[in-house]
Amino acid sequence: MLKKRIIPCLDIKNGRTVKGVNFVDIQDAGDPVELAKQYVAQGADELVFLDINASVENRATLIDLVKEIAGEINIPFTVGGGINSLEAAAKLIKAGADKVSVNSSAVKNPELIKEIADKFGSQCVVAAIDTKLINDKWMVFVQGGRTITDLETINWAKQIEKLGAGEILLTSMNNDGTKSGFAIDITSEVTKAVNIPVIASGGAGTKEHFKQLFKTDISAGLAASIFHYGEMPIPELKNYLINENISIRK
Amino acid sequence: MIAIIDYNAGNISSVQNALKRLGYESILTRDKAELLKADKVILPGVGEASSAMTYLREYDLVDLIKDLRQPFLGICLGMQLMCKYSEEGDADCLGIFDADVKLFPPKENVPHMGWNDLSDLKGPLFEGIQANDDVYFVHSYWAELSSDTIAQCDYILPFSAALQKDNFYAVQFHPEKSADVGEKILKNFLAL
Repeated sequence: MLKKRIIPCLDIKNGRTVKGVNFVDIQDAGDPVELAKQYVAQGADELVFLDINASVENRATLIDLVKEIAGEINIPFTVGGGINSLEAAAKLIKAGADKVSVNSSAVKNPELIKEIADKFGSQCVVAAIDTKLINDKWMVFVQGGRTITDLETINWAKQIEKLGAGEILLTSMNNDGTKSGFAIDITSEVTKAVNIPVIASGGAGTKEHFKQLFKTDISAGLAASIFHYGEMPIPELKNYLINENISIRK
Repeated sequence: MIAIIDYNAGNISSVQNALKRLGYESILTRDKAELLKADKVILPGVGEASSAMTYLREYDLVDLIKDLRQPFLGICLGMQLMCKYSEEGDADCLGIFDADVKLFPPKENVPHMGWNDLSDLKGPLFEGIQANDDVYFVHSYWAELSSDTIAQCDYILPFSAALQKDNFYAVQFHPEKSADVGEKILKNFLAL
């Protein structure tokens, strides 16, 4: 049976993780490679690295980092943040990223999804959507959630699938940072509207939140701070979910 | 020396990285002499079946591959190319295994993406691997079960997760991305 995926997300700035971390045995808590290895040892199913300070000067640093990560870890990983052209995606994929995640640039230029999918395959393209409930409608936001667009989330998700994305990473801005649970309503709605996997992001705070998420058809859950701060060790989370009869990789 | 066949099959650095982690150097080549003298040969693959077969023909590698006698491992698309026929691009393939490759019906998400468990394991490739161990899959096409099947997986329907005939081994999943279980399978292949 296909397993539900638990995906820690690491925010990267100038080649370093920016949010605090609280792992024992890591001398240098800001080193993304060490942190990634720790997550792999704990049983993370995939990893996402998000460059939150994407700029031309920082690209070379990011590419070196991706090469290093690819050399060290033996599970799939996604790299995102500021990917605005086929060339930018190609550099990261050639450096060893299994998947790239596109967000604002794909809203601006939807063909970007198609170009990357045509060149490297749909499995390489994760389309990230930041969404927020505005007047009872889930709308798409860009530029790190700062700018609203006129796209409705369900329609954009369907378009993304048609363009060739292999997965959707859906972040609910209403839930992000609240630790009050995932936005199961809109994530389920998107899951039903498309036939590609959808990763829920934003709001994870407890083990029960993952249980509620995985009782639905949603295939993966992403979180950052609860893993970084050691609030929820992945082995403990996985054991809990296995005992709750959720299909999880041991 | 381990030779990875170079036929424009997308990103192969993950296979090279995995071999390096296990302490093996590899070369990426389509040179016939290099392939013939290699201790092991790997056919990786991320891409589309009919264009991949076009490249193998263009580089005159079809008969050479079929005649190799050293341990050979196809991965993902590499495995599908070793079957008889693929629906992807209506492609006649290498025909090493007695199985056809078909598109998943859209009953659940396609591609089949993520960790799924193996069953009915046979032979040296899976020594030390337990049924129910999970490995990482990403694919939209599946190979039929056949007399060459040495591992099964179930998603929408049961399919060949691995095939073997003589010195030819192949896996649908990505051992290079399947954590410790995948490393063990690669080690088993490298020890053949």
